[in-house]
Amino acid sequence: MRAYLPKYNLTTAKSLEHALQMMNDSKRPIAGGTDLMVLFDMGNLPPGDYVNIHRIPDLQGIEVNDDYVEIGALTTYSQLRQHEIIQQEFPCICEAAKVTGGVAIQNRGTIGGNIANASPAADTPPALLVYDADLKIVSATGEKIVAYENFHTGYKQMQLAKNELIQRIRLPRKNKHNLHYYRKVGTRKAQAISKLCMAGVANFTPEKIVQIKIALASVAPTVIRCKKTEAYFCEKQYAQIDICEAKRILQTEIAAIDDLRSTKEYRIQVACNLIQEFFDLITEENNE
Amino acid sequence: MNKKWVGTNVPRKEGIEKVTGKSKYIDDLTFPDMIYGITVRSDVPRGTIRKIHFADNINWDEFTIVTIEDIPGENVVTLIESDQPFLADKEIRHQQEPILLLAHPDKSLLEEARRSIRIEVDELPAIFNIEESLNKKQIIYSDDNIIKEYLITKGNTDDVWDSAYKIVSEEYHTGAQEQLYIENNGMIAIANDEEVTVWGSMQCPYYIHKALMPLFDLPAEKIRIIQTATGGGFGGKEEYPSIIAGHAALLARKAQKPVKLMYDRAEDMVATTKRHPSHTRQKIAVDENGKLLAIDIDFVLDGGAYTTLSAVVLSRGAIHAAGPYACENIRIRARAVATNTPPQGAFRGFGAPQSIFAFERHLDLVAKQLNMCPVEFRKQNFLQQGSLNATGQKIEEEVRLDKVLDLALEKSQYFAKKKQFAVHNSQKNVKTYKGVGLASFYHGAGFTGSGEVYLASIVGARLTADGKVKVLAASTEIGQGTNTIFSQIAADALGIDYDMVEIETPDTSKVPNSGPTVASRTCMIVGKLVESAVCGIRDTLLKSNLLTSEYTSQQFITASKKYLEDFGELKIFVKYKPPAGIHWDEKNYRGSAYSAYAWAVYVAEVSVDKYTYEMQVDDFVAVQEVGEVVHPILAQGQIEGGVAQGIGYALYEDVVWRNGQMANNQMTNYIIPTSLDAPDIRVFFSEPFQPGGVRKGIGELPMDGTAPAVISAVENATGKHVCHVPLRPEDLMMLYRKET
Repeated sequence: MRAYLPKYNLTTAKSLEHALQMMNDSKRPIAGGTDLMVLFDMGNLPPGDYVNIHRIPDLQGIEVNDDYVEIGALTTYSQLRQHEIIQQEFPCICEAAKVTGGVAIQNRGTIGGNIANASPAADTPPALLVYDADLKIVSATGEKIVAYENFHTGYKQMQLAKNELIQRIRLPRKNKHNLHYYRKVGTRKAQAISKLCMAGVANFTPEKIVQIKIALASVAPTVIRCKKTEAYFCEKQYAQIDICEAKRILQTEIAAIDDLRSTKEYRIQVACNLIQEFFDLITEENNE
Repeated sequence: MNKKWVGTNVPRKEGIEKVTGKSKYIDDLTFPDMIYGITVRSDVPRGTIRKIHFADNINWDEFTIVTIEDIPGENVVTLIESDQPFLADKEIRHQQEPILLLAHPDKSLLEEARRSIRIEVDELPAIFNIEESLNKKQIIYSDDNIIKEYLITKGNTDDVWDSAYKIVSEEYHTGAQEQLYIENNGMIAIANDEEVTVWGSMQCPYYIHKALMPLFDLPAEKIRIIQTATGGGFGGKEEYPSIIAGHAALLARKAQKPVKLMYDRAEDMVATTKRHPSHTRQKIAVDENGKLLAIDIDFVLDGGAYTTLSAVVLSRGAIHAAGPYACENIRIRARAVATNTPPQGAFRGFGAPQSIFAFERHLDLVAKQLNMCPVEFRKQNFLQQGSLNATGQKIEEEVRLDKVLDLALEKSQYFAKKKQFAVHNSQKNVKTYKGVGLASFYHGAGFTGSGEVYLASIVGARLTADGKVKVLAASTEIGQGTNTIFSQIAADALGIDYDMVEIETPDTSKVPNSGPTVASRTCMIVGKLVESAVCGIRDTLLKSNLLTSEYTSQQFITASKKYLEDFGELKIFVKYKPPAGIHWDEKNYRGSAYSAYAWAVYVAEVSVDKYTYEMQVDDFVAVQEVGEVVHPILAQGQIEGGVAQGIGYALYEDVVWRNGQMANNQMTNYIIPTSLDAPDIRVFFSEPFQPGGVRKGIGELPMDGTAPAVISAVENATGKHVCHVPLRPEDLMMLYRKET
């Protein structure tokens, strides 16, 4: 461990109110710790005061009503994987949870923490994007709803003030899709950070694609929805679709880079290939 | 000799302690008053130290600070050459060069202190790879950057080229690889002006012993090295632990307190040795029937900043470079060159995986250009009893590598798969391409050439107070099963129970120097010595008329106790004697390089994702002839682990170098395969080629053949010609792009 322990203070919050009050005093939240403890071990976590929110009941649990599935921010990947309604209606989220880290990480890591960590390589956020999730955000003084699509504003930048917490992630149940697509391209099958990953949903008829939604991670400073590419497919008959054109549009929407895990070239190429795979799956489904 | 224990799966000698967590690894140990050490290193690859600055945010009076001024003896890590210092004096040759040592009772202060020291350096231009070193972009070692060079010649290749039916040339590259033993390196030392004692994680107690004598200017009996339970080594704990032990002892001597010096994973990965990167040029001439006429190999290893073991690694790589094939005309030029990276070092296979990769890949290419089946092409060129290999060694045993091959083909269904995959890959809309590939190879066991003669290993055995037998050897248990196989071998040699054999802790004050735990020599060479030593015990008891030639375990105990009562103690030591008929010409690199070879054929099956270029090994068949298998489960485990490591070498493990330093020195971004990435690894041991319980090494074997078999399968799946490892999906994508 390279961190110098005396430079850190950790207080456990008794309730949501208690946590938010402490955060008003500029204490920083820590939930499952699966991201922060890696930084801590390497001596790269900023020293200071932290508030442990891991056990707060108000941030836990998955609730289902007619309009929404509401996921408490402290819901773990394991809990997401096992939830029946999410399995049925939002399978990309289960798929993403299943390929995040390994079992230990899935038992400890939380979806709210994953969002607030704001990694452009996060596995679950692309799934949240294609399901039009929004976030319920609370502070000591009030609460707000933010569309997840607008939440990340730049690399590690987001619409979350220092004294705010993500309380719930809401998934609207009204949208129904014929096809759900999720693919993580990691460095290996488990315990891997994405080189890129893609979530997609599609509504189509035997004649045409009605609508599709596509989101990608690890190809830009934030996770992104690719709306121009989506628009290209919208309301198009199959014969009209030139997949090369779709790939060309996609390339205008992403800004991949080289890093330790992969290359810019690979990310662009494989992002295009995954669009191809998604489209191939739609046509296969259609032909069956 | 009746064999009751050898060949059976007895419980591991230290198994219960390990699975119940009772085994004490170095970081589990504390001593009264113990303090903690840390190493301050260079952060430039090459330069001259001008000044060392200590920031004033730290109370330095609380720290023990060791500089070169505190070294009582010679500031060199004694190994092959004396060019590497324990602490850099003025000159810096790589980014992880140790410069200062710190110790403090509060472990958590150490990192803060390390970050508060700034080394002011006049930087010099550095070189980072084989090409830059060969081109003499900078001269950093001797007058030509060459650490060592060998030339192996057989026949005359120059006579062949003009008349050959076909000549095929190509270049191959292999990358560095981190050993990634599960336990990080660490040592605890107690030292004063008169004596030094070090405990720690290690493969070779006597290497450390030898290195610490000149460092402290103390005689052999004043240096004591003790191995603690060791969580893996793979060669990575062969030479580098000498440095850590020296550092811990220097701190302990100055502090007058025990000092623990543990590396965390990041430091272990960035600072310690890795497998040598390689660059090989192959040129092969064949006749129209696929007979090998001439082989010309130019093999170069990147040795890093100091000599360390590169000369020896290079030697093994060179000797294995032409594989288990017969050819009249061979020329192998081998060079290890210096670069400004931390020294590369010993790693399972020791140079052979690099040269075998290049050769096996090249055989595939030659077969392709001949339009021949790669299996048939290899088979007809296999070494046989009576053939001469590259160094001119006559193969004495009744080698049947063709039978090993047949078994591998049968178990893997190689030909059926090949057909089936060809059909599969040609179908429309396939999502994965499938392929199957193969490699055939051999690996010499024990030290090369006269190495074992120079080592002159000694093993002892003694009676314990309760009438049992204790084996005295410096050969370490590092997870591979030394304690267990020695006990099996000793128990059978004596005709007593397995539980009646104990193994002394490798402690230089208690055990003789049985040589390093390397080179697949423990079972074959040291095992034989164990047999002789314990037989000496039995013979003494027989001569003393305390035993008759037929006895039970209980009678043995009674006799032993009686002997101890009458004579006080019984200790027998035996020394290595080279087998007859082994001749090695070190100067010309001719003759018997090894007294035994293990032979193998490996087959890999892979699938390649059409969309992402990800490669997955779906099935793996490893067939080998290793002589007598002492412990089938341990042996199988060794092969499985080695194959997994080989798959890592082939497809995953990419050391990213930045400015001569590993940039991805964390397990999150240095990618080794997980159990989900590894296939079912099916291990088969073929019938021994010769009777009489000959044992050969197995530990290094699986590292040699896995990568070429896997890459051969990728080539079969994709049709792309692959000349390097690791082959990442990014690389495969570029190969696709090159052709479209």
